[in-house]
Amino acid sequence: MSKLSIPVRKFDAVIVGAGGSGLRAAIQLSEAGLKTAVLSKVFPTRSHTVAAQGGVSASLGNSEEDHWHWHMYDTVKGSDWLGDQDAIEYMCRKAPEVVVELEHFGMPFDRTDEGKIYQRPFGGHMSNFGEKPVRRACAAADRTGHAMLHALYQRNVRANTQFFVEWMALDLIRDESGQVLGVIALEMETGEVVAFHAKATVFATGGAGRIFYSSTNAFINTGDGLGMAARAGIALEDMEFWQFHPTGVAGAGVLITEGVRGEGGILRNSTNERFMERYAPNAKDLASRDVVSRAMVTEINEGRGCGPNKDFVLLDITHLDPATIMKRLPGIREISIQFAGIDPIKAPIPVVPTCHYQMGGVPTNYKGQVVSDNGTPVRGFYAAGEVACASVHGANRLGTNSLLDLLVFGKASGDTVIEDVRSGELGLKDLPANFADFTMTRLNRLNTQTGGANVNETRLELQRTMQKHCGVFRFKDMLVEGVAKILEIEKAVARTEIKDKSQVWNTARVEALELDNLIEVAKATMVSAEARKESRGAHVRDDAPDTAANPNGRDDVGWHKHTLWHRDGNQLKYKPVIMKPLSVESIALKTRSY
Amino acid sequence: MATSTMQFKIYRYDPDKDNAPYMQDISVEVDFALDRKLLDILTRLKAKDDTLSYRRSCREGICGSDAMNINGKNGLACLTEIKDLKQPVVLRPLPGLPVIRDLIVDMSQFFKQYHSIKPYLINEGPRPERERLQTPEEREELNGLYECILCACCSTSCPSFWWNPDKFVGPAGLLNAYRFIADTRDLATNERLDDLEDPYRLFRCHSIMNCVDVCPKGLNPTRAIGKIKEMMVRRAI
Repeated sequence: MSKLSIPVRKFDAVIVGAGGSGLRAAIQLSEAGLKTAVLSKVFPTRSHTVAAQGGVSASLGNSEEDHWHWHMYDTVKGSDWLGDQDAIEYMCRKAPEVVVELEHFGMPFDRTDEGKIYQRPFGGHMSNFGEKPVRRACAAADRTGHAMLHALYQRNVRANTQFFVEWMALDLIRDESGQVLGVIALEMETGEVVAFHAKATVFATGGAGRIFYSSTNAFINTGDGLGMAARAGIALEDMEFWQFHPTGVAGAGVLITEGVRGEGGILRNSTNERFMERYAPNAKDLASRDVVSRAMVTEINEGRGCGPNKDFVLLDITHLDPATIMKRLPGIREISIQFAGIDPIKAPIPVVPTCHYQMGGVPTNYKGQVVSDNGTPVRGFYAAGEVACASVHGANRLGTNSLLDLLVFGKASGDTVIEDVRSGELGLKDLPANFADFTMTRLNRLNTQTGGANVNETRLELQRTMQKHCGVFRFKDMLVEGVAKILEIEKAVARTEIKDKSQVWNTARVEALELDNLIEVAKATMVSAEARKESRGAHVRDDAPDTAANPNGRDDVGWHKHTLWHRDGNQLKYKPVIMKPLSVESIALKTRSY
Repeated sequence: MATSTMQFKIYRYDPDKDNAPYMQDISVEVDFALDRKLLDILTRLKAKDDTLSYRRSCREGICGSDAMNINGKNGLACLTEIKDLKQPVVLRPLPGLPVIRDLIVDMSQFFKQYHSIKPYLINEGPRPERERLQTPEEREELNGLYECILCACCSTSCPSFWWNPDKFVGPAGLLNAYRFIADTRDLATNERLDDLEDPYRLFRCHSIMNCVDVCPKGLNPTRAIGKIKEMMVRRAI
C-alpha cells in the first residue's frame, strides 16, 4: 500500500450528486435493495434542480392532442440535428411514464378542470411535426423544479436512502484496465478524506454554468463531475454548446422562466415592438432558446435595447390578467420584485440572455452508461442529467427537456446499474495500491502553496474570459485569443493559494477545488468552440454566416459530428451523430426555422 | 451611484483555532449599484478574508442554504436588502442549533424532526396507469405548504423548538405534516394525526408566531398547525 492511504468504505453503488437525476437514480437503487451511497455537496433539496421553474415535458395530451413522436421531432430539430436519435426517441417515449410516476410519488402538479396534470406551451414544443405550439410542459405553478426535487427527496426518505450530505467528491478511482471503482471524497464538516469503493459509480453532478460571468446557475454548479472525469482520462463531448437563456433578470442573472412566454408574455425592444415576429414569424416568442437569445442580442447590438445604456430588452406580461399571474407565475412575480425592483403586473421585466445550461458533458448512451470514444461502455461508470451527454440536447436544448432528462436517464442509469450488479457483470475489484496518491498530492499542494494565485480573482478572470470570448455570438479571432487566455489562467489555477487552513468546514478549500473543475470545463469549451468552424444551435460564429450552401451557417458536410475533447494535450476527436432511432424512421437533416 | 461604508459585526468561531466564539467588527465599501443583497456583501467579505464561512447556493431564495440571524431576526442573506439594514449589521448563526463554524450550524436536529413526520406521500393502493386525479380546488389546498424550502428560519426562531428540539416537531416539520394531511392523494391522515397527538410533538406550539414573522417565503406554519389541531378536535367528536 502507498503511504498516502485513506479510509475505505464499500458499497454496491455510489451516486455523486443529489439533484434530480441523482435522486431519481437513488430511488431505483434503494428500492431494489442495493447498498447505495449518495454524496452531495449540499443538502439534497438545495441542489440546483430546485431552481427550475417552468415545467417538465411529456406528451400526456391532457389539454390537446399530443404524441411522443412529435416531441421527438421537436427535440431533434431543437438540437439542430446534433442530438442522437436513439436517445431522443427513448427519452420522449418514456416521458409520460416517468412524469406520471412522479405524480404518484406526490409531486404537487397544477391541475386541469378534469383533475389531470396541468400543461402549458413552451418554446420549440409543437404539434404535428412543427406546425403550431402545443401544451406539453407539465407544471407546478412556476416552481416545477422545487416541487420535483422535494418530491424525489421525499421518496428517498421513504426508501431509506443513505445520504452523505456536505461531502465533495474529488476524484474518480480507475484501475489499469480503465474500470471505475468509486470516488475519493472530502467531508466538509471534518476535512476527512475517504474512498467510496463501489461496483458502480453514477455521476449526477449537474452542470458548470459558473464558468461564465453572467449565469442563472447556483454557486455550486462548478462542473465537478466533468473535472473528475477529465482528470481520469474520460473525454468530454460537445462542450462548445452552451445555452444562453433568453430571460435572465438584467444585472442579477436570476432566471425568469420561459413559462412566462408560455402563458402569453411578449418580448419588446425600445420601440415597444414585438420583435420576435421578424425573427420567427410562426413560433414568435416561443421559438427555441438559441433563436430568441440571438434575436435579443441583435436588437441590443443594433441600438434597440432599453434602459439608459440600451443593454436589455423587456419581457412584458402587463396585458395578462393579474389573477393568472398570481396563480401560474407567483414565483416570477416574487423574483421580479426582489431582483429587478418591479412588479410585473404593472411594468415589464428587464431581461438579457444569460448562461443557463450545458448541452455537452460526459459521453453516455441512452442506458446511462458512460462510453469511450468508440462507443463501448466504460466498466463501472454511469452518468445522468446535465453532467451527461446522451446526447438528447445536441446543439440546443428545448425548455422543459432538462427536467425530463433527469427523470428518464436518472431512472435508466439506476436500472442499468441494477442489471450490471445483479448479473455479476460488476464485482468489487481491488483498489490499485496507489489509488489515493493523485488526490492527496492535489490536497497537499493546496495546503502548502505559498506566494500563489488568489482563488477568487482567478475564478473571476476565468468567468470574464469565457463571457467575452465565448458568448452568444462568437468571433474567430476572439476564440483563438480565448484559448490562449484560458491556457494562461490554467497556470494560475495550478498554483492557487488559500489562507484558511482549518479542517472544519473550510469553504476556501472547497472553492479552490471547484476551480480545478471549472478550468477543465473552460478549456474543453474554448478549445472545442474554436475548432468547430460552423454555426449550429447555440454555437454561432462570424466566419460561418448564413449562405445558400450552408443555411444558418450550418455545415453538415464538414461538421455534422460530435466533438470529443481530451484533457491530455487538449486533443480533439470526433464521432458521428446517431441518426438511427430505436423504432421509427430517421428524422432527416433539414434547415431549421421557427 | 453612491458608494458608502457599512459596519458589520459578525459571529466568528473556528473550533480548529479559536478557544471561544467572538464578534468581529468589519467595515465594507458598498456600491449600491452592484450590491443589493446581504449575500453580495458576504461574497465581497469572503473575497478579502477566505476564512469567513457560511453556506450559500442559488442566491435567489429557493434553495434555503443561507439562512442566518440578521440584526436579531432570522432570514436569507440572498433576499435581504442591504439598504434597509440598521448598522452595525449584526450577523449570527441561526439560534438554538449547535454552531459548527462561523455562520454554519449543525442542522441534524432540524432535519430529524422533518423526517419524523414521514414527509412523503402515503398511498399504498394499486398504482393507476395515469396520474391520480385531483381537482384544482383540492390542489389549491397545498398552496402555502408545498413551497417550504427547509431553510430552518422558522424552527430556529421558535422558543418551543429551542427548549425541546428533540421532542417538538417545530413549525417547519408541522407545516410539512399538514402538507401531506391536506393532500387528497395521501391516505394516512389518521396515522399522521395519531403521531402528532402528543403533548410535545404538536402541542408545544403556543402560537407565538415568530415562524410566520420570519418565513422568507411568506408561509404561515401557525395556520397549518391550527388546522391540524382543528382536525384532531373534529375527529374526536
